[in-house]
Amino acid sequence: MIKRDRVFQTVANLILFVIALFCLLPILLLISSSISNETEILHKGYSLLPRKLDFSTYVYVLNGVNGILKSYGVSLAVTVIGTVLNLVITVLYAYPISRKDLKGRSFFSFLLFFTILFNGGFIPTYMMWTNTFHIKNTYLAYLLPNLLMNGFYVIMARNFFSANIPSELIESAKMDGAGEFRTLYSIVLPMAKPIIATLGLFVSLNYWNDWQNGLYYITDDKMYSLQVLLNRMLLDSMYAQQGLSKTANSIGAAAPSATLKMAIAALGTLPVLIIFPFVSKYLTGGIVVGAVKG
Amino acid sequence: MKLNLPLYLMMVPGLIYLIFNNYIPMSFTVIAFKNFNFQKGVWGSDFVGLSNFKTLFSTRDSRIIFRNTLAYNLVFIVVSLVIGLGIAILLDELRSKKAKRVYQMAYLIPYMISITVVSYIVYALLSTDTGFLNTSVLKTLGQDRISWYSTPKYWPLILVLVNQWKWLGYNSIIYYSSVISIDGSFYEAACIDGATRFQRIRYITIPVIRSTIITMTLLQLGSIFKSDFGLFYQVPMDSSALMNVTNTIDTYVYRGIKSVGTMGMSSAAGLFQSVVGFVLVLAANAVVRKIDKDSAIF
Repeated sequence: MIKRDRVFQTVANLILFVIALFCLLPILLLISSSISNETEILHKGYSLLPRKLDFSTYVYVLNGVNGILKSYGVSLAVTVIGTVLNLVITVLYAYPISRKDLKGRSFFSFLLFFTILFNGGFIPTYMMWTNTFHIKNTYLAYLLPNLLMNGFYVIMARNFFSANIPSELIESAKMDGAGEFRTLYSIVLPMAKPIIATLGLFVSLNYWNDWQNGLYYITDDKMYSLQVLLNRMLLDSMYAQQGLSKTANSIGAAAPSATLKMAIAALGTLPVLIIFPFVSKYLTGGIVVGAVKG
Repeated sequence: MKLNLPLYLMMVPGLIYLIFNNYIPMSFTVIAFKNFNFQKGVWGSDFVGLSNFKTLFSTRDSRIIFRNTLAYNLVFIVVSLVIGLGIAILLDELRSKKAKRVYQMAYLIPYMISITVVSYIVYALLSTDTGFLNTSVLKTLGQDRISWYSTPKYWPLILVLVNQWKWLGYNSIIYYSSVISIDGSFYEAACIDGATRFQRIRYITIPVIRSTIITMTLLQLGSIFKSDFGLFYQVPMDSSALMNVTNTIDTYVYRGIKSVGTMGMSSAAGLFQSVVGFVLVLAANAVVRKIDKDSAIF
Protein backbone atom coordinates (compact mmCIF):
# COMPACT_ATOMS: atom_id res chain seq x y z
CA MET A 1 0.00 0.00 0.00
CA ILE A 2 2.73 2.43 0.99
CA LYS A 3 4.82 1.43 -1.98
CA ARG A 4 1.88 1.95 -4.30
CA ASP A 5 1.29 5.33 -2.79
CA ARG A 6 4.87 6.31 -3.50
CA VAL A 7 4.41 5.31 -7.11
CA PHE A 8 1.21 7.34 -7.28
CA GLN A 9 2.85 10.39 -5.73
CA THR A 10 5.65 10.20 -8.27
CA VAL A 11 3.30 9.85 -11.21
CA ALA A 12 1.05 12.67 -9.96
CA ASN A 13 4.06 14.91 -9.43
CA LEU A 14 5.33 14.10 -12.87
CA ILE A 15 2.03 15.00 -14.54
CA LEU A 16 1.66 18.21 -12.55
CA PHE A 17 5.26 19.11 -13.27
CA VAL A 18 4.79 18.67 -17.02
CA ILE A 19 1.72 20.92 -16.87
CA ALA A 20 3.77 23.48 -14.95
CA LEU A 21 6.38 23.37 -17.71
CA PHE A 22 3.61 23.85 -20.28
CA CYS A 23 2.58 27.00 -18.39
CA LEU A 24 6.04 28.42 -17.76
CA LEU A 25 8.21 27.53 -20.75
CA PRO A 26 6.40 29.92 -23.13
CA ILE A 27 7.15 32.75 -20.70
CA LEU A 28 10.78 31.68 -20.57
CA LEU A 29 10.81 31.75 -24.37
CA LEU A 30 9.53 35.32 -24.32
CA ILE A 31 12.08 36.53 -21.80
CA SER A 32 14.99 34.71 -23.41
CA SER A 33 14.07 36.09 -26.80
CA SER A 34 14.13 39.61 -25.44
CA ILE A 35 17.69 39.29 -24.12
CA SER A 36 19.13 37.50 -27.11
CA ASN A 37 21.34 38.79 -29.86
CA GLU A 38 19.30 39.97 -32.86
CA THR A 39 21.47 38.34 -35.55
CA GLU A 40 21.46 35.02 -33.72
CA ILE A 41 17.67 35.05 -33.65
CA LEU A 42 17.36 36.00 -37.30
CA HIS A 43 19.63 33.12 -38.25
CA LYS A 44 18.69 30.41 -35.81
CA GLY A 45 15.31 31.45 -34.49
CA TYR A 46 13.87 32.08 -31.03
CA SER A 47 15.21 29.78 -28.34
CA LEU A 48 14.29 28.79 -24.80
CA LEU A 49 17.65 29.96 -23.49
CA PRO A 50 19.58 32.85 -25.05
CA ARG A 51 22.36 31.59 -27.34
CA LYS A 52 24.17 34.88 -26.92
CA LEU A 53 23.15 37.37 -24.23
CA ASP A 54 22.43 40.85 -25.52
CA PHE A 55 20.60 43.56 -23.62
CA SER A 56 20.82 46.17 -26.35
CA THR A 57 17.07 46.11 -26.98
CA TYR A 58 16.44 47.17 -23.40
CA VAL A 59 18.95 49.98 -23.77
CA TYR A 60 17.12 50.96 -26.94
CA VAL A 61 13.78 50.99 -25.13
CA LEU A 62 15.12 52.91 -22.14
CA ASN A 63 16.59 55.55 -24.44
CA GLY A 64 13.03 56.34 -25.28
CA VAL A 65 13.09 55.64 -29.01
CA ASN A 66 9.73 55.09 -30.73
CA GLY A 67 7.74 56.46 -27.84
CA ILE A 68 7.83 53.18 -25.99
CA LEU A 69 8.52 54.82 -22.67
CA LYS A 70 5.64 57.18 -23.26
CA SER A 71 3.26 54.33 -23.94
CA TYR A 72 4.48 52.74 -20.74
CA GLY A 73 3.58 55.97 -18.96
CA VAL A 74 0.15 56.03 -20.58
CA SER A 75 -0.54 52.47 -19.44
CA LEU A 76 0.63 53.23 -15.93
CA ALA A 77 -1.41 56.43 -15.61
CA VAL A 78 -4.53 54.81 -17.06
CA THR A 79 -4.18 51.87 -14.71
CA VAL A 80 -3.77 54.00 -11.60
CA ILE A 81 -6.50 56.54 -12.41
CA GLY A 82 -8.87 53.91 -13.75
CA THR A 83 -8.46 51.64 -10.74
CA VAL A 84 -9.02 54.43 -8.24
CA LEU A 85 -12.11 55.73 -10.07
CA ASN A 86 -13.48 52.24 -10.50
CA LEU A 87 -13.06 51.39 -6.82
CA VAL A 88 -14.69 54.66 -5.72
CA ILE A 89 -17.70 54.13 -7.99
CA THR A 90 -17.93 50.46 -7.05
CA VAL A 91 -17.86 51.06 -3.29
CA LEU A 92 -20.28 53.98 -3.55
CA TYR A 93 -22.76 51.81 -5.41
CA ALA A 94 -22.18 48.57 -3.52
CA TYR A 95 -22.53 50.02 -0.02
CA PRO A 96 -26.06 51.45 -0.36
CA ILE A 97 -27.42 48.29 -2.01
CA SER A 98 -25.92 46.26 0.83
CA ARG A 99 -28.03 48.22 3.32
CA LYS A 100 -31.27 46.46 4.20
CA ASP A 101 -32.91 49.76 5.13
CA LEU A 102 -32.48 51.28 1.67
CA LYS A 103 -35.79 51.89 -0.06
CA GLY A 104 -35.76 50.60 -3.63
CA ARG A 105 -32.80 48.40 -2.83
CA SER A 106 -33.90 45.57 -5.08
CA PHE A 107 -34.60 47.98 -7.93
CA PHE A 108 -31.06 49.38 -7.79
CA SER A 109 -29.59 45.91 -7.47
CA PHE A 110 -31.56 44.76 -10.49
CA LEU A 111 -30.48 47.79 -12.51
CA LEU A 112 -26.92 46.69 -11.93
CA PHE A 113 -27.48 42.99 -12.32
CA PHE A 114 -29.30 43.31 -15.61
CA THR A 115 -26.18 44.82 -17.21
CA ILE A 116 -24.35 41.57 -16.47
CA LEU A 117 -27.02 39.51 -18.16
CA PHE A 118 -27.67 41.67 -21.18
CA ASN A 119 -25.65 44.17 -23.11
CA GLY A 120 -26.19 46.10 -26.28
CA GLY A 121 -23.11 44.60 -27.83
CA PHE A 122 -20.07 46.18 -29.34
CA ILE A 123 -21.50 48.39 -32.07
CA PRO A 124 -24.09 50.24 -29.93
CA THR A 125 -21.47 50.87 -27.23
CA TYR A 126 -19.07 52.09 -29.86
CA MET A 127 -21.75 54.47 -31.20
CA MET A 128 -22.39 55.84 -27.75
CA TRP A 129 -18.79 56.64 -26.97
CA THR A 130 -17.81 57.95 -30.39
CA ASN A 131 -20.94 59.80 -31.58
CA THR A 132 -22.24 61.18 -28.29
CA PHE A 133 -19.08 61.60 -26.24
CA HIS A 134 -16.50 61.92 -29.02
CA ILE A 135 -13.85 60.10 -27.06
CA LYS A 136 -12.05 58.93 -30.19
CA ASN A 137 -8.37 59.78 -29.85
CA THR A 138 -8.65 61.12 -26.32
CA TYR A 139 -7.17 59.47 -23.26
CA LEU A 140 -10.68 59.07 -21.88
CA ALA A 141 -11.08 56.25 -24.39
CA TYR A 142 -8.78 54.12 -22.25
CA LEU A 143 -10.68 54.90 -19.06
CA LEU A 144 -14.37 55.03 -19.81
CA PRO A 145 -15.78 52.30 -22.05
CA ASN A 146 -16.71 49.13 -20.18
CA LEU A 147 -13.87 49.12 -17.66
CA LEU A 148 -14.95 51.85 -15.26
CA MET A 149 -17.56 49.76 -13.50
CA ASN A 150 -18.11 46.02 -13.59
CA GLY A 151 -21.36 44.54 -12.35
CA PHE A 152 -19.67 41.40 -11.04
CA TYR A 153 -17.26 43.37 -8.92
CA VAL A 154 -19.99 45.58 -7.48
CA ILE A 155 -21.93 42.47 -6.50
CA MET A 156 -18.83 40.96 -4.91
CA ALA A 157 -18.37 44.15 -2.89
CA ARG A 158 -22.07 44.23 -1.93
CA ASN A 159 -21.91 40.61 -0.75
CA PHE A 160 -18.83 41.39 1.30
CA PHE A 161 -20.52 44.37 2.98
CA SER A 162 -23.67 42.37 3.69
CA ALA A 163 -21.74 39.51 5.23
CA ASN A 164 -19.11 41.41 7.20
CA ILE A 165 -20.49 44.75 8.33
CA PRO A 166 -22.99 44.23 11.17
CA SER A 167 -25.94 46.61 10.92
CA GLU A 168 -25.62 47.29 14.68
CA LEU A 169 -22.29 48.93 13.97
CA ILE A 170 -23.84 51.26 11.42
CA GLU A 171 -26.73 51.98 13.81
CA SER A 172 -24.38 52.90 16.62
CA ALA A 173 -22.38 55.19 14.33
CA LYS A 174 -25.62 56.91 13.49
CA MET A 175 -26.43 57.32 17.21
CA ASP A 176 -23.08 58.99 17.63
CA GLY A 177 -24.19 61.50 15.02
CA ALA A 178 -22.07 60.35 12.10
CA GLY A 179 -23.53 61.01 8.64
CA GLU A 180 -23.72 58.30 5.99
CA PHE A 181 -20.58 59.40 4.16
CA ARG A 182 -18.69 59.63 7.43
CA THR A 183 -19.84 56.13 8.45
CA LEU A 184 -18.80 54.72 5.10
CA TYR A 185 -15.43 56.38 5.24
CA SER A 186 -14.38 55.76 8.81
CA ILE A 187 -16.18 52.56 9.76
CA VAL A 188 -17.07 50.52 6.68
CA LEU A 189 -14.00 51.18 4.55
CA PRO A 190 -11.39 50.10 7.11
CA MET A 191 -13.26 46.82 7.50
CA ALA A 192 -13.47 46.32 3.75
CA LYS A 193 -9.74 46.21 3.07
CA PRO A 194 -9.67 42.57 1.88
CA ILE A 195 -12.37 43.03 -0.74
CA ILE A 196 -10.91 46.34 -1.88
CA ALA A 197 -7.49 44.73 -2.30
CA THR A 198 -8.99 41.84 -4.26
CA LEU A 199 -11.09 44.03 -6.54
CA GLY A 200 -8.25 46.53 -6.92
CA LEU A 201 -6.07 43.71 -8.17
CA PHE A 202 -8.59 42.55 -10.77
CA VAL A 203 -9.47 46.05 -11.92
CA SER A 204 -5.85 47.13 -12.29
CA LEU A 205 -5.08 43.93 -14.16
CA ASN A 206 -7.99 44.66 -16.51
CA TYR A 207 -6.75 48.21 -17.13
CA TRP A 208 -3.11 47.25 -17.55
CA ASN A 209 -3.89 44.39 -19.92
CA ASP A 210 -6.60 46.16 -21.89
CA TRP A 211 -5.95 46.70 -25.56
CA GLN A 212 -9.45 46.62 -26.99
CA ASN A 213 -10.43 50.16 -26.02
CA GLY A 214 -7.23 51.32 -27.66
CA LEU A 215 -7.92 49.26 -30.75
CA TYR A 216 -11.44 50.61 -31.08
CA TYR A 217 -10.96 54.25 -30.20
CA ILE A 218 -7.31 55.28 -30.63
CA THR A 219 -5.79 55.78 -34.06
CA ASP A 220 -3.21 58.41 -33.13
CA ASP A 221 0.04 56.52 -32.56
CA LYS A 222 1.33 59.19 -30.16
CA MET A 223 -1.38 58.18 -27.72
CA TYR A 224 -0.79 54.43 -27.75
CA SER A 225 -0.73 52.59 -24.46
CA LEU A 226 1.72 49.74 -24.15
CA GLN A 227 -0.76 47.01 -25.07
CA VAL A 228 -2.06 48.99 -28.03
CA LEU A 229 1.49 49.61 -29.23
CA LEU A 230 2.21 45.89 -28.92
CA ASN A 231 -0.96 45.02 -30.80
CA ARG A 232 -0.14 47.53 -33.57
CA MET A 233 3.43 46.33 -33.98
CA LEU A 234 2.47 42.69 -34.29
CA LEU A 235 -0.43 43.19 -36.67
CA ASP A 236 1.57 45.63 -38.81
CA SER A 237 4.28 43.04 -39.31
CA MET A 238 1.57 40.63 -40.43
CA TYR A 239 0.00 43.14 -42.81
CA ALA A 240 3.42 43.95 -44.21
CA GLN A 241 3.94 40.24 -44.92
CA GLN A 242 0.60 40.04 -46.67
CA GLY A 243 1.45 43.17 -48.64
CA LEU A 244 -1.46 45.13 -47.24
CA SER A 245 0.06 47.80 -45.08
CA LYS A 246 -2.91 49.31 -43.26
CA THR A 247 -1.10 52.22 -41.65
CA ALA A 248 1.34 54.11 -43.83
CA ASN A 249 3.92 55.08 -41.22
CA SER A 250 3.59 51.88 -39.25
CA ILE A 251 5.68 51.40 -36.15
CA GLY A 252 6.22 47.73 -36.85
CA ALA A 253 8.05 48.45 -40.07
CA ALA A 254 10.40 51.04 -38.61
CA ALA A 255 11.45 49.16 -35.50
CA PRO A 256 14.21 46.56 -35.29
CA SER A 257 12.17 43.45 -35.39
CA ALA A 258 12.80 40.18 -33.71
CA THR A 259 14.23 40.98 -30.28
CA LEU A 260 12.82 44.45 -29.70
CA LYS A 261 9.30 43.15 -30.12
CA MET A 262 9.90 40.55 -27.46
CA ALA A 263 11.58 43.07 -25.17
CA ILE A 264 8.56 45.36 -25.27
CA ALA A 265 6.24 42.43 -24.69
CA ALA A 266 8.41 41.26 -21.80
CA LEU A 267 8.40 44.77 -20.32
CA GLY A 268 4.62 44.79 -20.65
CA THR A 269 4.43 41.65 -18.55
CA LEU A 270 7.15 42.55 -16.07
CA PRO A 271 4.99 44.55 -13.63
CA VAL A 272 2.47 41.73 -13.55
CA LEU A 273 5.16 39.13 -12.90
CA ILE A 274 6.74 41.25 -10.19
CA ILE A 275 3.56 41.75 -8.20
CA PHE A 276 2.38 38.17 -8.73
CA PRO A 277 4.06 36.54 -5.68
CA PHE A 278 2.56 39.23 -3.43
CA VAL A 279 -0.94 39.13 -4.82
CA SER A 280 -1.45 35.48 -5.72
CA LYS A 281 -3.38 34.99 -2.49
CA TYR A 282 -5.87 37.72 -3.37
CA LEU A 283 -6.02 36.45 -6.92
CA THR A 284 -6.90 32.93 -5.84
CA GLY A 285 -9.36 34.24 -3.28
CA GLY A 286 -11.04 36.47 -5.86
CA ILE A 287 -11.37 33.64 -8.35
CA VAL A 288 -12.92 31.33 -5.79
CA VAL A 289 -15.37 33.90 -4.42
CA GLY A 290 -16.44 35.56 -7.60
CA ALA A 291 -15.65 33.16 -10.41
CA VAL A 292 -14.87 36.44 -12.09
CA LYS A 293 -14.43 35.43 -15.65
CA GLY A 294 -13.65 38.19 -18.12
CA MET B 1 -39.31 55.70 7.25
CA LYS B 2 -37.78 58.72 5.61
CA LEU B 3 -35.71 58.49 2.43
CA ASN B 4 -32.05 58.33 3.18
CA LEU B 5 -30.77 60.95 0.73
CA PRO B 6 -26.99 60.49 1.22
CA LEU B 7 -27.24 56.81 0.32
CA TYR B 8 -28.90 57.71 -2.99
CA LEU B 9 -26.30 60.39 -3.63
CA MET B 10 -23.60 57.74 -3.32
CA MET B 11 -25.12 55.78 -6.16
CA VAL B 12 -25.25 58.72 -8.57
CA PRO B 13 -21.84 58.17 -10.27
CA GLY B 14 -22.58 54.48 -10.77
CA LEU B 15 -26.06 55.20 -12.09
CA ILE B 16 -24.78 57.76 -14.57
CA TYR B 17 -22.23 55.27 -15.81
CA LEU B 18 -24.75 52.45 -16.14
CA ILE B 19 -27.08 54.71 -18.11
CA PHE B 20 -24.44 55.83 -20.60
CA ASN B 21 -22.32 52.71 -20.88
CA ASN B 22 -25.14 50.18 -20.73
CA TYR B 23 -28.73 51.34 -20.96
CA ILE B 24 -28.61 53.91 -23.75
CA PRO B 25 -26.47 51.59 -25.91
CA MET B 26 -29.12 48.91 -25.39
CA SER B 27 -31.58 51.18 -27.14
CA PHE B 28 -29.07 51.62 -29.98
CA THR B 29 -29.54 47.99 -30.88
CA VAL B 30 -32.31 49.29 -33.20
CA ILE B 31 -29.44 49.77 -35.66
CA ALA B 32 -29.84 46.08 -36.39
CA PHE B 33 -33.25 46.89 -37.90
CA LYS B 34 -32.05 49.91 -39.87
CA ASN B 35 -30.08 50.71 -42.95
CA PHE B 36 -27.48 52.56 -40.94
CA ASN B 37 -26.14 55.80 -42.31
CA PHE B 38 -23.57 57.85 -40.38
CA GLN B 39 -25.02 61.17 -41.56
CA LYS B 40 -28.52 60.30 -40.44
CA GLY B 41 -27.40 58.77 -37.14
CA VAL B 42 -28.93 55.99 -35.09
CA TRP B 43 -32.49 57.33 -34.95
CA GLY B 44 -32.61 59.03 -38.37
CA SER B 45 -31.53 56.03 -40.45
CA ASP B 46 -34.17 54.23 -42.48
CA PHE B 47 -36.02 51.35 -40.89
CA VAL B 48 -35.63 48.15 -42.89
CA GLY B 49 -37.24 45.56 -40.65
CA LEU B 50 -35.56 42.19 -40.56
CA SER B 51 -33.65 42.57 -43.79
CA ASN B 52 -30.25 42.79 -42.04
CA PHE B 53 -30.96 39.50 -40.33
CA LYS B 54 -32.13 37.91 -43.59
CA THR B 55 -28.97 39.02 -45.39
CA LEU B 56 -26.81 37.93 -42.48
CA PHE B 57 -28.22 34.44 -42.26
CA SER B 58 -28.05 33.90 -45.99
CA THR B 59 -24.32 34.65 -46.19
CA ARG B 60 -21.61 32.03 -46.04
CA ASP B 61 -19.93 34.19 -43.38
CA SER B 62 -22.78 33.65 -40.97
CA ARG B 63 -22.55 29.87 -41.21
CA ILE B 64 -18.82 30.09 -40.51
CA ILE B 65 -19.00 32.50 -37.58
CA PHE B 66 -21.80 30.62 -35.84
CA ARG B 67 -20.17 27.26 -36.49
CA ASN B 68 -16.80 28.48 -35.19
CA THR B 69 -18.20 30.18 -32.11
CA LEU B 70 -20.29 27.19 -31.10
CA ALA B 71 -17.74 24.50 -31.95
CA TYR B 72 -14.83 26.19 -30.18
CA ASN B 73 -16.94 26.82 -27.10
CA LEU B 74 -18.13 23.23 -26.92
CA VAL B 75 -14.56 21.96 -27.17
CA PHE B 76 -13.37 24.54 -24.62
CA ILE B 77 -16.08 23.47 -22.16
CA VAL B 78 -15.19 19.77 -22.36
CA VAL B 79 -11.42 20.27 -22.32
CA SER B 80 -11.60 22.80 -19.46
CA LEU B 81 -13.66 20.41 -17.40
CA VAL B 82 -11.39 17.41 -17.94
CA ILE B 83 -8.14 19.30 -17.39
CA GLY B 84 -9.38 21.57 -14.59
CA LEU B 85 -10.94 18.74 -12.65
CA GLY B 86 -8.01 16.41 -13.34
CA ILE B 87 -5.50 18.90 -11.99
CA ALA B 88 -7.70 19.65 -8.96
CA ILE B 89 -7.91 15.95 -8.03
CA LEU B 90 -4.20 15.35 -8.52
CA LEU B 91 -3.36 18.43 -6.44
CA ASP B 92 -5.66 17.22 -3.69
CA GLU B 93 -4.02 13.79 -3.64
CA LEU B 94 -0.50 15.25 -3.40
CA ARG B 95 1.00 14.97 0.06
CA SER B 96 3.47 17.82 -0.11
CA LYS B 97 1.78 21.10 0.80
CA LYS B 98 4.63 23.07 -0.66
CA ALA B 99 4.37 21.32 -4.02
CA LYS B 100 0.63 22.07 -4.12
CA ARG B 101 1.30 25.75 -3.65
CA VAL B 102 4.11 25.92 -6.18
CA TYR B 103 2.09 24.15 -8.87
CA GLN B 104 -0.93 26.35 -8.30
CA MET B 105 1.16 29.47 -8.63
CA ALA B 106 2.80 28.23 -11.82
CA TYR B 107 -0.58 27.48 -13.37
CA LEU B 108 -1.95 30.91 -12.52
CA ILE B 109 0.76 33.03 -14.10
CA PRO B 110 -0.58 32.76 -17.67
CA TYR B 111 -3.99 33.96 -16.43
CA MET B 112 -2.45 37.33 -15.61
CA ILE B 113 -0.73 37.85 -18.93
CA SER B 114 -2.49 40.03 -21.49
CA ILE B 115 -3.72 38.39 -24.66
CA THR B 116 -1.53 40.82 -26.61
CA VAL B 117 1.57 39.43 -24.96
CA VAL B 118 0.20 35.92 -25.42
CA SER B 119 0.08 36.58 -29.14
CA TYR B 120 3.76 37.58 -29.04
CA ILE B 121 4.61 34.33 -27.33
CA VAL B 122 2.61 32.41 -29.92
CA TYR B 123 4.44 34.37 -32.60
CA ALA B 124 7.80 33.43 -31.06
CA LEU B 125 6.69 29.80 -31.29
CA LEU B 126 5.09 29.84 -34.73
CA SER B 127 6.78 32.50 -36.87
CA THR B 128 7.81 30.84 -40.13
CA ASP B 129 11.39 32.15 -40.25
CA THR B 130 12.32 32.51 -36.61
CA GLY B 131 9.67 30.59 -34.65
CA PHE B 132 10.83 28.11 -32.07
CA LEU B 133 8.78 25.25 -33.54
CA ASN B 134 10.15 25.65 -37.05
CA THR B 135 13.75 26.46 -36.21
CA SER B 136 14.25 24.18 -33.23
CA VAL B 137 11.65 21.44 -32.94
CA LEU B 138 10.85 20.63 -36.57
CA LYS B 139 14.46 21.08 -37.60
CA THR B 140 15.66 18.60 -34.98
CA LEU B 141 13.03 16.15 -36.19
CA GLY B 142 14.22 16.67 -39.72
CA GLN B 143 10.87 18.05 -40.85
CA ASP B 144 10.17 20.91 -43.25
CA ARG B 145 9.13 24.32 -41.98
CA ILE B 146 5.43 25.00 -41.73
CA SER B 147 3.91 28.32 -42.57
CA TRP B 148 1.68 28.30 -39.51
CA TYR B 149 -0.06 31.63 -40.02
CA SER B 150 -1.33 30.63 -43.44
CA THR B 151 -2.27 27.02 -42.75
CA PRO B 152 -5.78 26.86 -41.27
CA LYS B 153 -5.81 23.17 -40.38
CA TYR B 154 -3.53 23.57 -37.36
CA TRP B 155 -5.45 26.44 -35.80
CA PRO B 156 -8.29 24.62 -34.07
CA LEU B 157 -5.69 22.76 -32.03
CA ILE B 158 -3.50 25.82 -31.50
CA LEU B 159 -6.44 27.88 -30.23
CA VAL B 160 -7.55 25.13 -27.86
CA LEU B 161 -4.01 24.89 -26.48
CA VAL B 162 -3.64 28.65 -26.09
CA ASN B 163 -7.02 28.86 -24.40
CA GLN B 164 -6.07 26.09 -21.98
CA TRP B 165 -2.72 27.68 -21.33
CA LYS B 166 -4.47 30.85 -20.24
CA TRP B 167 -7.36 29.32 -18.29
CA LEU B 168 -6.27 26.00 -16.79
CA GLY B 169 -5.00 27.69 -13.64
CA TYR B 170 -8.28 29.50 -13.18
CA ASN B 171 -10.40 26.40 -13.82
CA SER B 172 -8.34 24.14 -11.59
CA ILE B 173 -8.52 26.65 -8.72
CA ILE B 174 -12.30 26.65 -8.84
CA TYR B 175 -12.48 22.86 -8.84
CA TYR B 176 -9.72 22.55 -6.27
CA SER B 177 -11.45 24.89 -3.83
CA SER B 178 -14.51 22.71 -4.15
CA VAL B 179 -12.56 19.44 -3.75
CA ILE B 180 -10.76 20.56 -0.58
CA SER B 181 -14.06 21.53 1.02
CA ILE B 182 -15.04 17.86 1.12
CA ASP B 183 -15.29 16.54 4.66
CA GLY B 184 -12.14 14.49 5.42
CA SER B 185 -14.09 11.91 7.41
CA PHE B 186 -15.65 10.59 4.18
CA TYR B 187 -12.21 9.63 2.98
CA GLU B 188 -11.16 8.13 6.30
CA ALA B 189 -14.26 5.94 6.35
CA ALA B 190 -13.57 4.86 2.78
CA CYS B 191 -9.97 4.01 3.65
CA ILE B 192 -11.04 1.88 6.57
CA ASP B 193 -13.41 0.05 4.25
CA GLY B 194 -10.44 -0.62 1.98
CA ALA B 195 -11.48 1.60 -0.92
CA THR B 196 -8.77 2.20 -3.50
CA ARG B 197 -7.73 5.69 -4.45
CA PHE B 198 -9.59 5.40 -7.72
CA GLN B 199 -12.75 4.26 -5.94
CA ARG B 200 -12.49 7.19 -3.52
CA ILE B 201 -12.26 9.65 -6.39
CA ARG B 202 -15.01 7.93 -8.34
CA TYR B 203 -17.48 7.48 -5.48
CA ILE B 204 -16.73 10.39 -3.14
CA THR B 205 -14.89 13.27 -4.80
CA ILE B 206 -16.80 13.48 -8.06
CA PRO B 207 -20.31 12.98 -6.63
CA VAL B 208 -19.71 15.55 -3.87
CA ILE B 209 -18.47 18.26 -6.20
CA ARG B 210 -21.03 17.34 -8.83
CA SER B 211 -22.91 20.58 -8.34
CA THR B 212 -19.78 22.66 -8.96
CA ILE B 213 -19.17 20.73 -12.16
CA ILE B 214 -22.75 21.20 -13.32
CA THR B 215 -22.81 24.88 -12.42
CA MET B 216 -19.54 25.66 -14.17
CA THR B 217 -20.61 23.77 -17.26
CA LEU B 218 -24.05 25.35 -17.43
CA LEU B 219 -22.65 28.84 -17.00
CA GLN B 220 -20.22 28.20 -19.81
CA LEU B 221 -23.07 26.83 -21.93
CA GLY B 222 -24.89 30.08 -21.18
CA SER B 223 -22.10 32.03 -22.87
CA ILE B 224 -21.69 29.65 -25.76
CA PHE B 225 -22.41 32.43 -28.27
CA LYS B 226 -19.66 34.63 -26.87
CA SER B 227 -16.05 34.37 -27.89
CA ASP B 228 -12.82 35.79 -26.56
CA PHE B 229 -12.10 38.55 -29.07
CA GLY B 230 -8.37 38.64 -28.31
CA LEU B 231 -7.95 34.90 -28.72
CA PHE B 232 -9.56 34.84 -32.14
CA TYR B 233 -8.40 38.20 -33.49
CA GLN B 234 -5.04 38.97 -31.93
CA VAL B 235 -3.49 35.53 -31.48
CA PRO B 236 -3.90 34.53 -35.18
CA MET B 237 -2.66 38.05 -35.97
CA ASP B 238 -5.79 38.91 -37.98
CA SER B 239 -4.40 36.67 -40.72
CA SER B 240 -6.83 36.58 -43.63
CA ALA B 241 -5.68 33.10 -44.64
CA LEU B 242 -7.00 31.71 -41.34
CA MET B 243 -10.38 33.44 -41.41
CA ASN B 244 -12.28 30.21 -42.03
CA VAL B 245 -11.24 28.78 -38.68
CA THR B 246 -10.75 31.96 -36.65
CA ASN B 247 -13.72 34.17 -37.54
CA THR B 248 -16.25 34.18 -34.70
CA ILE B 249 -19.26 36.36 -33.94
CA ASP B 250 -17.14 38.84 -32.00
CA THR B 251 -14.43 39.26 -34.61
CA TYR B 252 -17.07 39.52 -37.31
CA VAL B 253 -18.93 42.25 -35.43
CA TYR B 254 -15.70 44.20 -34.91
CA ARG B 255 -14.77 43.95 -38.58
CA GLY B 256 -18.18 45.46 -39.32
CA ILE B 257 -17.19 48.93 -38.06
CA LYS B 258 -14.31 48.99 -40.49
CA SER B 259 -16.44 48.57 -43.60
CA VAL B 260 -19.76 50.37 -43.80
CA GLY B 261 -21.23 47.76 -46.15
CA THR B 262 -21.48 45.13 -43.41
CA MET B 263 -22.40 47.43 -40.54
CA GLY B 264 -26.07 46.39 -40.61
CA MET B 265 -25.25 42.70 -40.62
CA SER B 266 -22.67 43.16 -37.88
CA SER B 267 -25.23 44.89 -35.70
CA ALA B 268 -27.69 42.13 -36.44
CA ALA B 269 -25.10 39.49 -35.48
CA GLY B 270 -24.30 41.43 -32.30
CA LEU B 271 -27.94 41.74 -31.30
CA PHE B 272 -28.59 38.09 -32.06
CA GLN B 273 -25.61 37.20 -29.84
CA SER B 274 -26.85 39.37 -26.97
CA VAL B 275 -30.44 38.13 -27.09
CA VAL B 276 -29.62 34.45 -27.45
CA GLY B 277 -26.91 34.80 -24.80
CA PHE B 278 -29.44 36.40 -22.43
CA VAL B 279 -31.99 33.63 -22.96
CA LEU B 280 -29.34 30.94 -22.53
CA VAL B 281 -28.03 32.42 -19.27
CA LEU B 282 -31.57 32.59 -17.89
CA ALA B 283 -32.21 29.00 -18.96
CA ALA B 284 -28.90 27.75 -17.57
CA ASN B 285 -29.57 29.49 -14.29
CA ALA B 286 -33.08 28.03 -14.07
CA VAL B 287 -31.61 24.55 -14.47
CA VAL B 288 -28.87 25.21 -11.90
CA ARG B 289 -31.54 26.40 -9.46
CA LYS B 290 -33.36 23.11 -9.83
CA ILE B 291 -30.22 21.08 -9.18
CA ASP B 292 -28.56 23.10 -6.49
CA LYS B 293 -30.16 26.28 -5.24
CA ASP B 294 -26.99 27.67 -3.66
CA SER B 295 -25.04 27.51 -6.87
CA ALA B 296 -27.53 29.52 -8.91
CA ILE B 297 -26.36 33.02 -9.70
CA PHE B 298 -29.80 34.46 -8.99
